[in-house]
Amino acid sequence: MDFQTFGTVLLQVLVGGLSLGVLYAIIALGYTMVYGVLQLINFAHSEVFIAGGIVGFLVFDAVKASSMNGYLKLLLACIAAMAVSGLLNVIIERLAYRPLRGAQRLVPLITAIGVSLILQDLLRFLVGLRGQFDLSVPLPQGFGNPISSLFGLDISLLNLQVKDLILIVVAVVMLIGLNLLVNRTQLGRAIRAVAHDRQTSGLMGIDANRIISLTFLIGGALGGLGGVMFAMKYQALNAYSGTLPGIKAFTAAVLGGIGSIPGAVLGGLVLGWLETLLGVISLFSSVPGLHWLGAIKAEYKDLGAFLALILILFLKPAGLLGRSAAEKV
Amino acid sequence: MTTLPANNPFRRGPQGADRTWPLLGYAAVTAALLIFLRGSVADGPARLLQPVLFGAFLLSLLFAYQWRAAPWAKTAVFALGIVFVLPFMGRDNTSYFDLVIQMLIFGALALGLNIVVGLAGLLDLGYIAFFAVGAYLWGVFGSPQFAEVSGNAAFATGINANFFWLFIPLGVLAAALVGVLIGLPVLKLKGDYLAIVTLGLGEVIRIFANNLDVTNGPQGIDAIESAPVPWLNSLAGTLGFAPDQYRLFFLYILVLIVIGIVILVNYRLDRSKIGRSWIAIREDEVAAQAMGVPLLRTKLLAFASGASFAGAMGVIFAAKQTFIDPKSFDYFQSIGVLSMVILGGMGNIAGVLLGAVVVTMLNLMILPTISEVLQGSFPNINPNLDPSKYQRLIFGLVLVLMMLYRPEGLLPSARRQAEMHQDDDPPPDSLEADNALQAGTSEVLSPGFSTRGENERTGSER
Repeated sequence: MDFQTFGTVLLQVLVGGLSLGVLYAIIALGYTMVYGVLQLINFAHSEVFIAGGIVGFLVFDAVKASSMNGYLKLLLACIAAMAVSGLLNVIIERLAYRPLRGAQRLVPLITAIGVSLILQDLLRFLVGLRGQFDLSVPLPQGFGNPISSLFGLDISLLNLQVKDLILIVVAVVMLIGLNLLVNRTQLGRAIRAVAHDRQTSGLMGIDANRIISLTFLIGGALGGLGGVMFAMKYQALNAYSGTLPGIKAFTAAVLGGIGSIPGAVLGGLVLGWLETLLGVISLFSSVPGLHWLGAIKAEYKDLGAFLALILILFLKPAGLLGRSAAEKV
Repeated sequence: MTTLPANNPFRRGPQGADRTWPLLGYAAVTAALLIFLRGSVADGPARLLQPVLFGAFLLSLLFAYQWRAAPWAKTAVFALGIVFVLPFMGRDNTSYFDLVIQMLIFGALALGLNIVVGLAGLLDLGYIAFFAVGAYLWGVFGSPQFAEVSGNAAFATGINANFFWLFIPLGVLAAALVGVLIGLPVLKLKGDYLAIVTLGLGEVIRIFANNLDVTNGPQGIDAIESAPVPWLNSLAGTLGFAPDQYRLFFLYILVLIVIGIVILVNYRLDRSKIGRSWIAIREDEVAAQAMGVPLLRTKLLAFASGASFAGAMGVIFAAKQTFIDPKSFDYFQSIGVLSMVILGGMGNIAGVLLGAVVVTMLNLMILPTISEVLQGSFPNINPNLDPSKYQRLIFGLVLVLMMLYRPEGLLPSARRQAEMHQDDDPPPDSLEADNALQAGTSEVLSPGFSTRGENERTGSER
């Protein structure tokens, strides 16, 4: 491999990893916000996320014949998916998690796993009503076109498509918006207060249950948005395909420091790059001395997330940006 | 004991009036029904009665454990079931044999996970990985795959099948070793992190099984041998088993022996110093540490002992299935074993076995039967409605409903029961409260499936 292709591959990894990373970041935020207020891994978030993807598919599918502007279709899909996923998350919290507040720690966790399984089959049932299992998403016209130049620069070697750019832009806007919401608004302050100390925040006149519901709503809506982005990026999904991205997104949240919003973004990006790099790393086996890289098949890219998770928890259990909390006795 | 709600149908241990004769009667009637009606429920919609009859008979084993009855009667019921009824049904219909062996395999798996989750309180979502280690260990060596791997055509049917006996302890060792290796980095983590990391590691092992050449990737390994036992085969022949059932007959006996050992080990561990350390860690890690329990070592031991059961059963599972592929060892299977533990009752041997039997029966008998009958009666039914496709939903409902309404499981250990319901039914006066407290403490000394008498003895010995 000559130097130029080497550089091209690295650049492609950088950009491809970015679009994957921001996707993970959006999903990871749902985990991290819920973990922040309840110290609960919301296993069902992966299904909340894929429910968003399915809603996105339904919208794209319903309007595929119409001459509507492609961006308008996307907007419709996003709004519908965010509404459905947000509400779904709120309902889950109300029915399954709220009755267990104050129970032993394993109890809500196991419940969350159960809810996730229930949702998988419910979603499969709903999709199956259309006689389908694997869904192939019809994208609005032009979304799959390659981008050859941007701001006058020739970027054809990056292999970017319009939808990748949309994904990155939407994600960045959302992340900035969420950051403002949490850090600059009254609601954000209330969320942070509940996350910090639920009882004391109650004494300060904050209705913790309402705030927790709102947190689930926001996290679920972000998950739904992530689902639409996922559907757009891969154009193929089924009711069970939320699990793996869900686990990886959670890994991203832990990697960055669970409970921390910038941490989730950083973790998502690191994971996105790592995974993309692992997927093509066997290409580098032609470099002298690195021939053993040829043994790393592209299928092993999923290992990256888990190995990164173990490594980070071993070395810095609080995550990259997290603060370690002292054990309360 | 007094802390148990009075109307609890699953009250543990012998109590109430002596039920020796009802027990014998129930067992005899259900066994007779199962055996004599087997022909009339063999096909058509009447097949739906198969699980009912079989379940009713299995219930007699539960009653033999639960009810207060003469020891000889209990032994007789167990013997009737294990020595006569189950093999008889198996001879008549191989699928019963298969089902019972599968129940026992999953029972042992669930008992292993019970040590990790139920006793030590470590939520392991990748438990099936240890099962995979055992299964692939024998799968690679005991099948034509070994000729591929070693490049030696002399091993066209794998290594000598008698090595099977060696591979059961090897499976135990290998799984325990993997348990320690996995445990070392992750056991420092708190509960929910541990859950997600073990989930990830389970996936890692599955991804390796899916991509390595040794494991033959997604195609899996076929034609796995099991040990030849000529005298058992001739015994099976004398008893009227068909030649293709000899292997199952052998495995049935083997699995019974192994699960007996597993139960014994569990039972002894439960009331050993180490078992109490596990419970101490489950209840309060910091306090346990302050009392001098070495955290990491104790947790590692829980991980390794849980894993070792799975390793042994993995070897046997590979021999029974004769075919393994990575799909048998995914995350969903781990969840299945977890739901057995949760359904039956964490920390209680009999409860966990009950959970394993119920869940396995649901998966392998009840749901397939219903869906076959449905398809037989309504050939045009939407395949979307096939109940055997809703395993996830059912596991999920089991987990959620149990956690919401009965977190201690169907057949809880008395200690768990007391703990989960300590606020219910407050005793009317302080005298009774004292009694309750005392009963509670004696259970603390010796959780598990012990009788009151044993508890008191353990208490005085202390």
